[in-house]
Amino acid sequence: MKRAPTFTAAGLVFRRDLMLAWRRWDEVAQPLIFYVVVTTLFPLATTPDLSQLREISGGVVWVAALLASLLALESLFRSDVEDGTMEQWVLSGQPLGWLLLAKVASHWVLTGLPLVIVSPVVGTALGLPFDAWGTLVLSLLLGTATLSVLGGIGAALTVGVRRGSVLLSLLVLPLAMPLLIFGSRSVGMVMDGDSPAGPLQLLAAIFFLTLSLGPVAMSAAIRISVEN
Amino acid sequence: MWLWIHKFGSPPHAYRLLGKLAPWFGWSSVVLIAVAAYWGLVLAPRDYQQGDAFRILYVHAPTAWMSMFIYVAMAVAAGIGMIWRIKLAHAAAAACAPIGASFTFLALATGSIWGKPMWGTWWVWDARLTSELILLFLYLGYMALRSSFDDPQRADRASAVLALVGVINVPIIHYSVEWWTTLHQPASVTKFDKPSIALEMLYPLFLMIIGLQLYFGWAISRRLRGEILRRERNAKWLQEAA
Repeated sequence: MKRAPTFTAAGLVFRRDLMLAWRRWDEVAQPLIFYVVVTTLFPLATTPDLSQLREISGGVVWVAALLASLLALESLFRSDVEDGTMEQWVLSGQPLGWLLLAKVASHWVLTGLPLVIVSPVVGTALGLPFDAWGTLVLSLLLGTATLSVLGGIGAALTVGVRRGSVLLSLLVLPLAMPLLIFGSRSVGMVMDGDSPAGPLQLLAAIFFLTLSLGPVAMSAAIRISVEN
Repeated sequence: MWLWIHKFGSPPHAYRLLGKLAPWFGWSSVVLIAVAAYWGLVLAPRDYQQGDAFRILYVHAPTAWMSMFIYVAMAVAAGIGMIWRIKLAHAAAAACAPIGASFTFLALATGSIWGKPMWGTWWVWDARLTSELILLFLYLGYMALRSSFDDPQRADRASAVLALVGVINVPIIHYSVEWWTTLHQPASVTKFDKPSIALEMLYPLFLMIIGLQLYFGWAISRRLRGEILRRERNAKWLQEAA
């Protein structure tokens, strides 16, 4: 049998995941709702005063986005590993890294992208000025995409483990701290009237580094999980 | 060379060799640490700014240095185990983690004790302390992942992937934290200024680092022997030796 070109195979995986998610869209909406709920907690816990909330709004939006995208990661590979789809992919002769990257990309479209789209609204509710919208969206675009790949590594490592979700956060959160630093600072810098180019470029650098090395680590981890 | 690697990589040989090496490491580390401690804590001149409080440097800086060194050593061992499929290297990585985590904890604790007279509080979000804290999280995650597998071989290989991902991230985390604190704090935290340290203050510091390296050699020999025993508990050579 002739092997399909890699990009066709990866595209098929991507479309399949989107279609599966579309048929169970209520599950897709859950992280988004979680995100909005968590950002509501901060004004309740601190102060309703918008001028004070504005100081921490960038950080709050970023922390909430980080937690919300972690929430959905646990199930990323689980069903495919359990029903044997993943074994077929490992055996298919396709580069496993590309297939997994396609899966991560569809995961990002389903969880990361909605968070990014909603974030200006959430930010405004926390007193984020209009000028900072662009930076917030751009930093979250880069940050959530990087986090999806990082989280993909964590999910691949913990897929065969009992109570994997707590472990997954324990593994991924320390690795995601640089993203949080650069992301929330870029928003803070815009609000202080500085140019956010520096942290945004650093975020982009981390994104490309993770994008290039992440699939290698992911496929190594999946091979370990699928074996035996 | 390859013969040597394979010979050392075989558990019975490594077990015996480590047993012979451990006392050498152990006693030399005791002597060096004792000399360095006396030199650093008693003989070294007082700091003109911090008085005697600076002497905790002789514990804090070497432990912080060791905590990072052991993480790299662990990742190298894990990489060797991944690439050449040497089980002993995986066992060495497993033995490194608790020692490294203890050094990280010591560095955090001594840093915090040092912070009390210097900054007036037990904890400051200083760049080095914060990156030590994140390093501790990395160690804990590594150990948690390792302990959550029942099958030791899968635990070895999965945690090796994590160690390699972690070691790429350690410099990124370090520099991001540094950048973060320089943005937030004015440059008042120059009390740790390195070049200003006098040479006679440095000698005991180097001595302490070498002593702790030897201690690490002792601890890893003992732990690795334990790991070998645990992994080879059904092997024939062990029953013959016992």
